Amino acid sequence: MSELKLMKGNEALAEAAIRAGVDAYFGYPITPQSEVIEYLMTERPEQRTGMVVLQAESELAAINMVYGAASTGKKVMTSSSSPGISLKQEGISYIAGAELPAVIVNVVRGGPGLGTIQPSQADYFQSVKGGGHGDYKLYVLAPASVQEMADFVEDAFKIAFKYRTPVLILSDGLIGQMMEKVNLKEQQKRLTDEEVITLNGDWATTGKPTTRERNIVTSLDLQSEKMEARVHRLMKKYEQMEQEDLRYEEFQTEDAEYLFVAYGSSARIAQKAVKLARDKGIKAGLLRPITLFPYPKKILFDLANQVKGILSVELNAGQMVEDVRLSVKHKVPVEHFGRTGGIIHTPEEVLEALEQKIIK
Amino acid sequence: MNVLDIIKPENQVFCKSKLMTDTTLSYCPGCGHGTAHNLTMEVIDELGICEDTIGVAPVGCSVLAYDFMNIDMTQAAHGRAPAVATAIARTWPEKYVFTYQGDGDLAAIGTAETIHACNRGENIVIIFINNGIYGMTGGQMAPTTLEGMRSSTSPYGREIKTMGSPLKITELISNLPGVYYVTRQAVHTHKHARKTKKAIKKAFENTRLKKGLSFIEIVSNCNSGWKMTPNESNIWMEEHMFPYFPLGDIKVNGILK
Repeated sequence: MSELKLMKGNEALAEAAIRAGVDAYFGYPITPQSEVIEYLMTERPEQRTGMVVLQAESELAAINMVYGAASTGKKVMTSSSSPGISLKQEGISYIAGAELPAVIVNVVRGGPGLGTIQPSQADYFQSVKGGGHGDYKLYVLAPASVQEMADFVEDAFKIAFKYRTPVLILSDGLIGQMMEKVNLKEQQKRLTDEEVITLNGDWATTGKPTTRERNIVTSLDLQSEKMEARVHRLMKKYEQMEQEDLRYEEFQTEDAEYLFVAYGSSARIAQKAVKLARDKGIKAGLLRPITLFPYPKKILFDLANQVKGILSVELNAGQMVEDVRLSVKHKVPVEHFGRTGGIIHTPEEVLEALEQKIIK
Repeated sequence: MNVLDIIKPENQVFCKSKLMTDTTLSYCPGCGHGTAHNLTMEVIDELGICEDTIGVAPVGCSVLAYDFMNIDMTQAAHGRAPAVATAIARTWPEKYVFTYQGDGDLAAIGTAETIHACNRGENIVIIFINNGIYGMTGGQMAPTTLEGMRSSTSPYGREIKTMGSPLKITELISNLPGVYYVTRQAVHTHKHARKTKKAIKKAFENTRLKKGLSFIEIVSNCNSGWKMTPNESNIWMEEHMFPYFPLGDIKVNGILK
């Protein structure tokens, strides 16, 4: 049965993972996402559903545990925050290269380096442009509420298994830490080992029966032609994601003359700025990318025919604005407004930035 | 022992295991990897656990172990095999999970994963090939390179003062309570190979009994990296490696010898 609760974003995500029938979580504490593993340990999911939860010795170990469990066809996830995700990049590249399904959560804090423990969106480049070594992309989902922290877990696993690819839930310290009401879905059953074998037995390493060839999970192709074919296969997946699984939300764009583009926390603030603008007689609208890869390039290109200018609102020094500019192809002015250091912009500041940088 | 005894299946050391593929081994002629692979596959075959075994291949010379072992295998990033195996064993607790790792993989870049998987007492088998050198990368110094031993990154011989002492990681992990069985063996003679096979069998039986972690170090040669003939390398190994890495059981049934 579904259930209405008041929860932190990190807790909602953890509870949703148990209810989504996830088989295993491997993590390592780091602010501002430690509540994920703390909640999981408190809830004893091993007793509730049989879900394995283990605190690894490091982020490197945690992501490689994810790789290990994913290689056997299980539903496995991890979470961390910016410096921890940097440590996980090696493993993420291997998971992408070996074409394994897995869900990785980044509750972003400010950087570079140890940075700050306050919210940030400064991991945009790292998330959507690769992050680790090699030619690969992550499917990136950006929640903007506690409800979406919960809902996106199941969505992420559907994509992860559809494409056999790592999926990133790109949250931030604001959504991870804030409390909101959340409607939790009813408990799903975890797949039995037999069901895992039936569903994933054609590729997963579950032990070789005499009835099939051995399954090998690897990201290694020493023959150049084979390696190139693997990269092409990955690129094809990414094209398919763009065709079939692109997600975005429009807010008052029908008659908009000015457009905000923002995701996650910034999108909620920009939504309020749209209202403030409209109160002043400025026809503003908001495009909120929900998937940051694939990116809603076409809808942005189309909206650029209608608006006079676009402001990319981000909690960083200017990262997504590059993708906005690439999408609109110089049709209209595109500017960036962002705060860093863990400072959250107010709706008033966002509106002021629109007036100063775009409307002038 | 008469001829009939020698050719009894239980006394055969060198026949190819049914669980070895027909792929040509990529190892240098004279290298111990082939024997260590074969013994592992023989044990899995004899125990009848192929359907329930998942191997984890490392980075290094044995990165392609899955090409030769006809079982399900996952290839891990450098040093991370114990973490990968941990997750497999935790999510499939009825399976037999083993890692196959070299000295660079297990005792250098993967030290943390090795120690912590051992300390948690994961119900897995770790097979550790120690040849004192980075073979595949081209003969660089390993944590287990002996004092005075030359490599491409210790061209004048390993100097303790600047490069540290050869790491006895096997002794180190044997002190951890989660580690149930630790032994050091070799595969360069049939006598040693048979002992190693017994050790591997015992390790997989420990997994069946859910006793925790079993760790088998195999001191092996690297005739290419050491720039010797196979025979010379085996003699050198006996004279130099074995005194520093003495063969035999270190911990049995959870009790240090």
